[in-house]
Amino acid sequence: MKALKCRECGREYPLAATHVCEFDFGPLEVVYDYALIKRALSRSAIESRPETMWRYRELLPVADDPTVGVEVGFTPLIKADRLAKALGVRELWVKNDAVNYPTLSFKDRVVSVALSRARELGFKTVACASTGNLANSVAANAASAGLKAYVFIPADLEQGKILNSLVYGAQVVGIRGHYDEVNRLCAEIAGKYGWAFVNVNMRPYYAEGSKSMGFEIVEQLGWQIPQHTVVPMASGSLLTKVHKSYQEIAKLGLADETPWHVHGAQATGCNPISAAQKAGLDFFKPVKPNTIAKSLAIGTPADGFYALKVMKESNAHAEDVTDDEIREGICLLAEHEGIFAETAGGVTTAVAKKLIASGRIPTKDSVVLCITGNGLKTLDAVAGHCGQPREIKPSLREFECMLSADEKAAVSA
Amino acid sequence: MPTKVRIPTPLRKLTNNEELVEVAASTVGDAITELQTRYPGIKERLIDEAGEVRRFVNVYVNEEDIRFLQNQGTPIKDGDEISIIPAIAGG
Repeated sequence: MKALKCRECGREYPLAATHVCEFDFGPLEVVYDYALIKRALSRSAIESRPETMWRYRELLPVADDPTVGVEVGFTPLIKADRLAKALGVRELWVKNDAVNYPTLSFKDRVVSVALSRARELGFKTVACASTGNLANSVAANAASAGLKAYVFIPADLEQGKILNSLVYGAQVVGIRGHYDEVNRLCAEIAGKYGWAFVNVNMRPYYAEGSKSMGFEIVEQLGWQIPQHTVVPMASGSLLTKVHKSYQEIAKLGLADETPWHVHGAQATGCNPISAAQKAGLDFFKPVKPNTIAKSLAIGTPADGFYALKVMKESNAHAEDVTDDEIREGICLLAEHEGIFAETAGGVTTAVAKKLIASGRIPTKDSVVLCITGNGLKTLDAVAGHCGQPREIKPSLREFECMLSADEKAAVSA
Repeated sequence: MPTKVRIPTPLRKLTNNEELVEVAASTVGDAITELQTRYPGIKERLIDEAGEVRRFVNVYVNEEDIRFLQNQGTPIKDGDEISIIPAIAGG
């Protein structure tokens, strides 16, 4: 890490807890010394390290060894042959952050970086504005690090996501409003209190953690950058950071610079970025979210502008899907690969299906789906949509009656 | 009762560290013009060369984003509160 730098005007700032340029409000980004990193980082050096996201430590913004979330990452990359066949594409992989440690979403990556850095800067209280997964991760990782946590969420979140923050002893504040309103309030609170808000004043560090998902994909593919990656978009940050991870991998010579496309997935009920991409615009119009994919329900996406730019640069597409398509996506992934993703995973799977069907992802190509969260946290979204268990008495005769009825139904069908 | 404007941290050097300032204006655009006469230099930080609110600045009147209202033409009245907030946050 050398400095923070404004993405718009290039002004540099010290490596403190600050996220916007004083002159044009542009986002600040961490600057690295790539020449130095290139000398230290090779495939063999990385492969010799523990299987966590921290094996790419030189490319993550902490000054010393990480102290929070040292076990996070290196989730499975699954070759999904059955789903590939169902979607009609030659090769398909699932990067499964639904089993990330410790809170079952990709947010453990960004929180691990943000809280390690917050400790380096001397903070004792951490906070976030969240649609659920981030709150869970901040709450859990703060608990294990002995930091005080305030998490701010829309009050109408899924029960699973609320309990998953409360259980760690975090101060959970439900805001009567949608995420964009939570976010606005948090920007005001962050300006007033000296806390480390992971996605406000710590955002330059926090956001970089997402790159580890891309680094792992490349390494797990045998040091190859995938042709197509489908990424869910809320703020759009993950999409921009996956793209950046591929750029860094190529720049450091860790893999060949083969062409890649990073496609963006949204819910139709909250599609400011995909609507702009499909209309060929380089700016988005804010929307009021209304979708079951609550973790993606950001109507004013902070990185929307940059996500559009990255999709343009990588010759990629965006698409959005309805609530019914999201549920169908969840079931497709579950029934073909045995992976139960949350609603955002349903969005990603359903969007991949659409992009393949429309030919925007050619059937002869290879695709990676980024699954970012676990279905057990959004049970409300699928309850009543994937059948009911059948009840029988503890009697062999009843069971056999049921089976033979099933067989008859199968024959007549 | 005039309209209150909440000044974000990056702009407080221009307002002598004032967090809350009062203006008497009839629209958001007029309020920004009045801010400029009192705190020279503040307008160019909020408004781009084309006269639009900068891409990374969000402006709210009573908690509502002015892009859902009438942008800089959004009327304001006594007792309203304008918040100027950096757009880069969250997610």
